[in-house]
Amino acid sequence: MGDETAEVRPARPERWIPGRAAKYRTVRGTAPVLILFLPPALLLFSIFVVLPIAEAARYSFFSWNGYNSPDNFVGLRNYLFLLRHAAFHTALINNLLVIAVSLVVQLPLALWLATLLADRIRGASIFRLIFFLPYVLAEIAAGLIWRFVYDGDYGLAGSIAGFFGLPAPYLLADPSTSMAAVLGVIVWKFFGFHMMLYIAGIQAIDRSLYDAAEIDGATRFQLFRFITLPLLGPTVRLSIFFAVIGSLQLFDLIMPMTRGGPSDSSQTIVTYLYSYGITRMRIGFGSAVGVTLFVICVVFAFTYRRTLMRHD
Amino acid sequence: MTNRTFRRRGVAAAAFVAATTALVAGSALLPGPARADTTVKWLHLEQNPSIATYWAGIAKAYEAQHPGVKIEMQYLENEAYKAKLTTLLQSNDPPDIIYTWGGGVMQEQVKAGVLRDMTGMLDKSYADSFSSAAWNALNYEGKQWGIPMLVSQVGFFYNKELMAKGGVDPAAVKTWDDLLGAVKKLKAAGVTPIIAGGADKWPLHFYWSYLAIRLGGKQAFDDALAGKGDGFASDTFVKAGELFKQLVDLEPFQPGFLGATAPDAYGQFGDGKGAMEFMGNWLYTSQKTGSASGKGIADDNLGFLSFPTVPGGKGEPTDTLGGINGWLVTKKAPDAAIDFLKFFITLDHEREMAAQGFFIPVVKGADADMKNPIFRAVAANLAASKYHQLFYDQMLGPNVGRVVNDVSTNIAAGTISPKDAAQQVQDAWALEH
Repeated sequence: MGDETAEVRPARPERWIPGRAAKYRTVRGTAPVLILFLPPALLLFSIFVVLPIAEAARYSFFSWNGYNSPDNFVGLRNYLFLLRHAAFHTALINNLLVIAVSLVVQLPLALWLATLLADRIRGASIFRLIFFLPYVLAEIAAGLIWRFVYDGDYGLAGSIAGFFGLPAPYLLADPSTSMAAVLGVIVWKFFGFHMMLYIAGIQAIDRSLYDAAEIDGATRFQLFRFITLPLLGPTVRLSIFFAVIGSLQLFDLIMPMTRGGPSDSSQTIVTYLYSYGITRMRIGFGSAVGVTLFVICVVFAFTYRRTLMRHD
Repeated sequence: MTNRTFRRRGVAAAAFVAATTALVAGSALLPGPARADTTVKWLHLEQNPSIATYWAGIAKAYEAQHPGVKIEMQYLENEAYKAKLTTLLQSNDPPDIIYTWGGGVMQEQVKAGVLRDMTGMLDKSYADSFSSAAWNALNYEGKQWGIPMLVSQVGFFYNKELMAKGGVDPAAVKTWDDLLGAVKKLKAAGVTPIIAGGADKWPLHFYWSYLAIRLGGKQAFDDALAGKGDGFASDTFVKAGELFKQLVDLEPFQPGFLGATAPDAYGQFGDGKGAMEFMGNWLYTSQKTGSASGKGIADDNLGFLSFPTVPGGKGEPTDTLGGINGWLVTKKAPDAAIDFLKFFITLDHEREMAAQGFFIPVVKGADADMKNPIFRAVAANLAASKYHQLFYDQMLGPNVGRVVNDVSTNIAAGTISPKDAAQQVQDAWALEH
């Protein structure tokens, strides 16, 4: 490989003649690059993103079982059914719960751990790795593991209860506790990701600010409150954005644990879409759910970016 | 690494690849019949290894007799199969042979034009070798769309030891009230009365369906289908929910039953964690393969009860609920697919599979060698039955069927009233018809 770089190097200084470089970029630069690089990206984006969205929007006005092409136009019936369906209300509330738990429990936990582990102290990288591990694990695998952990007969929860002589709990099998059990797993699964974001953000903060504050006699809390938190603002806003969008799309962690049950108690919008749209061959109705979710996501993403993330 | 060594290694690698390709190609060319002109893709859901192995043997035998035809067995898990089938059938590479429960799901497939009409390829003598109820189950609008393979009945399997522990005499459980009494006795003795796989929902819909069959008979179901009166919101179906609720109120199921899948439940019953399970006769094999020991409940400790009668019910005590399953052939499938099915479902093969206790056969006379006393009893029930109702969740089509499963599970979870349950089924039905 060594001889290749040796060949390339002499050509380089010629390109860096002042003035000529600028010309390269403006006149001959942009147009060829656009012509060369834009169409593939645009094509892929249109075929795999824009087109399916448009198709789904069209299907959502039909009663269609997925075979052949949709021909039974039903207007807004799918949407009206959706708005009246109790299971969809549960799904919406559960999504809001996930967002609330993300904001109130998960992100503060991640931030707290990040402040502890951002410094180059001994063992920090080991702990970072341990806390990040759940995020690396595939969602389906994590869901199956937790289904087993929560099991009252053969699982960890059953063994612990048995050790204390309590009746075995069946958290995932009880409509009143299933969602709480799922929420616990969500925090466990994703706090590591946010912690890593925060650690990266904290490490980008200028050390001299802390040194100056320490000389002025600031307490640890003051360091956090007046230096870390304000300077971490963009990262926090970004992580909230990820948390909310991720919560709205929650699916693969829930399927192996509860499939949205029992009695729809742990349904989210996407699991609702799957169980009431796809598995029942109601593609039109499923599309209506998809479009609704899409609208929620887009409205959130745009308003959030326009308001809170405007300066980031 | 310098370019030169890289190049040299590249040449060596290329030579190696070429050599192995030649070897593989050569070995493929040598034995004649491996070259396939026609491939039949056979999609099945069989989880029992001994059954799947037996089928693979039949496929091999067919291949040996028909050079140029290759039978490719593909497997999907039950729930995954139901979720994926619609997409699969419309893909460029659909399976040729698919599994079916008949009923509304099959009818939708026929209407969508994804199945192949095989009427012309089946002669009368072949058709006549089947029990007519089974054969006709895969007939729709005068055309034959598939070949049936097995028939099943739903009933109460029980663990004799545990029933004795609770002081229950299974032979005396004749009516719904007897069953409720048995549940109370078992609970009092500290035995879990019934195992159920509530997470999959369909195991619970058997209760609602069978109660409706006992209460209203064939007439009530036909009337509901025809939209007469209140349809599925009529008294029969409300009462079915009420009777089911009587059972649910006794808390008869194992703790955590709403989180247990059907296979979980098979295993729990096989492990002796409950006295009864209300399930199709396939539970006989499933409770063995699903149990921790792999052996399940021994034959002499296992009993089978027909569903109890209800006071004042219009249904005959001989009416049965169950399935008729078989194989359909998809639109673009080659003739060899149908030919293979005719080779696969024969008196000899059906007799052999029945003798091995795989299932209850549908070819006439194939149950002669059936040794298993439970299967013999079920076969006798089915022979005596004048009204064999297919599972509601298949019969009513993919959407309404699942609504029946939902409401049955919700009654069991106590989150819906029997009246609302019946109304929801009717609403879903009315929306589509």
